[in-house]
Amino acid sequence: MHEMGIAKQIIEIATSSIPGGMEDIPVERVNLKVGKLSSVVPDSLRFCFEILSINTPLSGADLNIEVVPILARCNECKFEWTINEPIFMCKNCKSGSIEIISGRELDITSIELENK
Amino acid sequence: MEIKVIRKVLDVNNTMAKQNRKMFTEKEVFVLNVMSSPGSGKTTTLEKTLSYIIPEIKSAVIVGDICTSNDANRLATTGVSVVQINTDEFGGDCHLAAHVVEKAACNLDLDAIDLLIVENVGNLVCPAEFDIGEDAKIVVLSVTEGEDKPVKYPLMFRVCDAAILNKIDLLPYLDYNREEVLNNIRQVHPEMPVFELSAKTGDGFTPWIEWLKSGVNRKIAG
Ligand SMILES: Nc1nc2c(ncn2[C@@H]2O[C@H](COP(=O)(O)OP(=O)(O)O)[C@@H](O)[C@H]2O)c(=O)[nH]1
Ligand SMILES: [Mg+2]
Ligand SMILES: [Zn+2]
Repeated sequence: MHEMGIAKQIIEIATSSIPGGMEDIPVERVNLKVGKLSSVVPDSLRFCFEILSINTPLSGADLNIEVVPILARCNECKFEWTINEPIFMCKNCKSGSIEIISGRELDITSIELENK
Repeated sequence: MEIKVIRKVLDVNNTMAKQNRKMFTEKEVFVLNVMSSPGSGKTTTLEKTLSYIIPEIKSAVIVGDICTSNDANRLATTGVSVVQINTDEFGGDCHLAAHVVEKAACNLDLDAIDLLIVENVGNLVCPAEFDIGEDAKIVVLSVTEGEDKPVKYPLMFRVCDAAILNKIDLLPYLDYNREEVLNNIRQVHPEMPVFELSAKTGDGFTPWIEWLKSGVNRKIAG
């Protein structure tokens, strides 16, 4: 639902990351990491990005989304596992005191410019 | 040619939220972010809550609504300062962002209050992602909604510090499975307190008010 705002932020960050003097080289791809626990729906984000990037240096660039699984670590027994269902309890000792190590990402990792 | 970036997309909001948190800490104001689906009873719960805590706890409210001021008018009858934000002006957003809360807080005398309650936009998805500089987040769920909401919206129930299960006065008239919803909340966030109450009758408010007051007192004590 807030994918428009997120796409706008992505375009701002990516545009400001193009090094000086390279503004004329087309951007081919924007690489993004989206955690499975984040509230972003990849398909609607791609759709918003496509629309909002028209007439920007990112027009036509591909938004490449790497979905990051939810990894958790138990604070009691230190067990680590991947969360695939909405159960946030230690798989080993049932403790509810756990840490989410990954899965909330919403990060731009890189942009790719066309090779001349 | 690949150019490394490594930036959080929500950097701008996170930075603003950090500034808000610093401002609220300097002013010794406890900030509560209240979230739920539309109609779960945020406004009603807050009206009742305010009637129990004022004048002991000096409070103010920021209300985010997509385009009306009904909630603000209802809350203003409790006698506290209310700032209404119509998210429309900011692009019809489905959540309150940190800069919007900052702007609203500028219209309040933060020196005169100990508690600032923010009624977020009715939505269980987007507000969960946006830090506003609050001290605690709570989610209101009512017994007229599905028992499976916590597992359908796990991020919301993970990020919150407490949950309110509202409208318990209606339980005798419904086939609601209370145990099931409590189990679902426990699965998603095992250590989170759940307050079962009725914003209509005031039933079950004591533990909730104690929880809120202890948060405020901890903040004032520094
Ligand atoms: N029976 C009953 N109705 C309630 C209760 N709390 C709220 N309501 C009703 O639910 C509707 C939505 O409440 P409101 O506070 O506006 O929800 P909000 O959209 O989350 O702010 C209103 O008609 C309220 O009167 C409650 O505890 N019991
Ligand atoms: Mg309301
Ligand atoms: Zn464990």
